[in-house]
Amino acid sequence: MKKIIILLFTFFVVSSHANALIKVDITRGNLDPLPIAVSPLHVEKTSENLENLDIKKLGINISSIIEKNFKSTGLFNPLKREAFVQKPDIAHLKPRFEDWRLIKAQALVTGKLSVKNNKLKVEFRLWDLTASKEMIALSFTTTPTNWRRVAHIISDKIYERLTGEEGYFDTRIIYVAESGPKNQRVKKLAIMDQDGAKTKYLTLGNELVLTPRFNPSNQMVTYLSYFRNLPRVYLLDIETGKQEVVGNFPGMTFAPRFSPDGKKIIMSFAKDGNSDIFTMDLETRKVERITEHSSIDTSPSYSPDGKYICFNSDRSGLQQIYVMKSDGSNVKRITFGNGIYGTPVWSPRGDLIAFTKVRKGKFYIGVMRSDGTGERLLTENFYQEAPSWSPNGRVLVFYRETKSGAQGKGFSAKLWSIDITGYNERKIKTETDASDPSWSSLLSK
Amino acid sequence: MTKSLFYSIIFHAMMIVLTALSLPFMTRDPISLPPIVSVELIQITDKTNIPFAPKARKIIDKVKKEEKRVVSEQAPPSAKAKEKPDRIPLPDEKKEKKEIIKKKQNPEEIKPQIRQSSEFEKEELINTNEIAALIDKAKEERALKEIENKKLTQSNVKNSFATGLSLSEEDALRAQIFGCWSVPLGLPYDKDLLVRLKLELKKDGTILKSEIIDHQRMNMPGQKFYKILAESALRAVRLCQPLKVPPTGYEKWKNIQLNFDPTEMLKG
Repeated sequence: MKKIIILLFTFFVVSSHANALIKVDITRGNLDPLPIAVSPLHVEKTSENLENLDIKKLGINISSIIEKNFKSTGLFNPLKREAFVQKPDIAHLKPRFEDWRLIKAQALVTGKLSVKNNKLKVEFRLWDLTASKEMIALSFTTTPTNWRRVAHIISDKIYERLTGEEGYFDTRIIYVAESGPKNQRVKKLAIMDQDGAKTKYLTLGNELVLTPRFNPSNQMVTYLSYFRNLPRVYLLDIETGKQEVVGNFPGMTFAPRFSPDGKKIIMSFAKDGNSDIFTMDLETRKVERITEHSSIDTSPSYSPDGKYICFNSDRSGLQQIYVMKSDGSNVKRITFGNGIYGTPVWSPRGDLIAFTKVRKGKFYIGVMRSDGTGERLLTENFYQEAPSWSPNGRVLVFYRETKSGAQGKGFSAKLWSIDITGYNERKIKTETDASDPSWSSLLSK
Repeated sequence: MTKSLFYSIIFHAMMIVLTALSLPFMTRDPISLPPIVSVELIQITDKTNIPFAPKARKIIDKVKKEEKRVVSEQAPPSAKAKEKPDRIPLPDEKKEKKEIIKKKQNPEEIKPQIRQSSEFEKEELINTNEIAALIDKAKEERALKEIENKKLTQSNVKNSFATGLSLSEEDALRAQIFGCWSVPLGLPYDKDLLVRLKLELKKDGTILKSEIIDHQRMNMPGQKFYKILAESALRAVRLCQPLKVPPTGYEKWKNIQLNFDPTEMLKG
């Protein structure tokens, strides 16, 4: 009996030993951007010629925009076109994977386009070069003048396929375009594509404009301007150009923002040195008071589910960030660090709140969790504020001002963007000086 | 009444004075213990698999011979033997060496080569020292950080006992894959994303078969981040082919599991 037990025991020990699989933990990798080759889209020979559009160059132009978009993310490294071995027309049919692997590419974008009956048809394919297989293939049809948007939509689809996150290229940014000396600034509302192209001015610059904010539905914009010498919240329909003052308030209203469903506007209303937070329903025009406190409550921003509101208040002495339920109950202070906190904005993902912090004369843009923990300061500068989230909650856009010399010389205000990791800080090109940016949601959603 | 009040005040005052005097002595300094450093049990191969470079081999042989000589002759070590092997040679010494070579070989042919190599060596020596210092510092910092975070993985210990793959072999493989794996930086840092990849390898380290252990999770709705991570892991091993595997013991490492965990990287 003993022998049998010993035999059984040794059998189990030996068999378990023999079957043990080597396990290796891989906890680190490289942070290098993914090398990607964007082959110029092949233009079909049967394509029609158009008067105001060079169809032959359209393939290269579209792929250039895709490359620029990828480069701006800091997550991809678009490889130089001169190194490509295979021609676009053949590459789109069947890429020679060895040729592309030779230039160290890990992903490849190929495609073709044609113009027929005044309609632009674009096809693209994304290839995984290490697995030698197709990852995604899509086709779009639109008017030929809309080719830039096609490039942005393709970028979004590829970005989503490779990172798992929604893209943010087919979006627009509204901002305040500034010109003139510092003490006599002319401020206009301006809108542009996220890459700085197609700038359009929405106001003439007769009145001061501040803090434009997009409606999540993209049709409307709310901002602050002056009405009978009082700062008031305005609504503007971008499509029709129709403007109106929001609500019949007896004092000044400011710091407006839309609710996540786009049906309400939340803003501050100031009277007799005290300001509180109010909402207004855009359909019923019903006004509702949210906070009632003797302190200055301002800069409200909804959480993406609409259940909570973050705002800043000086009720504890210094200006700090608070979170409350959307009906104004359960107010909770979330910042306790040294310095002043302002302009809180809830991330579209819901996990983070972006803010501006002022400490020892320096301005910081940072993010923290919605309970105030995990504060991370992403960038420090002489003057910067007003962060706005990209629709996927990955990138922040904000503006930065430079120190001005005597008589306002050397002063400038520019838009910048930064990844929430704190990497990839970039200046966004604008035609004029710019401030107060607000990022739209995806246009093609 | 006044007397008793008087005594009471005196006794209370005495108590207060005594307490004030004695309490500071009662407080003890907190014991400062050195941090606990965990000791890992690891199995290291008896002989290193890395072949010696010819130069290094010569130096080792030379050192061995000198050591032998010192023991047998009982003579004080010569000036040369005292020198550290990694000491940077002085420019004068280099010149001497060059001259010797010049004498031996055709000066016209060799001249530029010697100059090139000597300059290169000089630079290399300086750089390697600097880099080594940096690496050491980085290692120290990393080790401290790991102790602090209490995140020391136990896979090394497990493997060395369970499978017989030595630490140096495992490290070589791990280092190789580190270089090939482009971590998708867009992944959320607060989600459980661990991709377990099972590989069947050929003797030369190329991949015969690769399989994501939880592959059904890849096509589930709401698991797109998992899919992205799994694809990046597959890309990494394919890029790394052939994997750096030991020359012997094929049966042991024929099947291998790689656990890709990006959490540490994503948290920054």
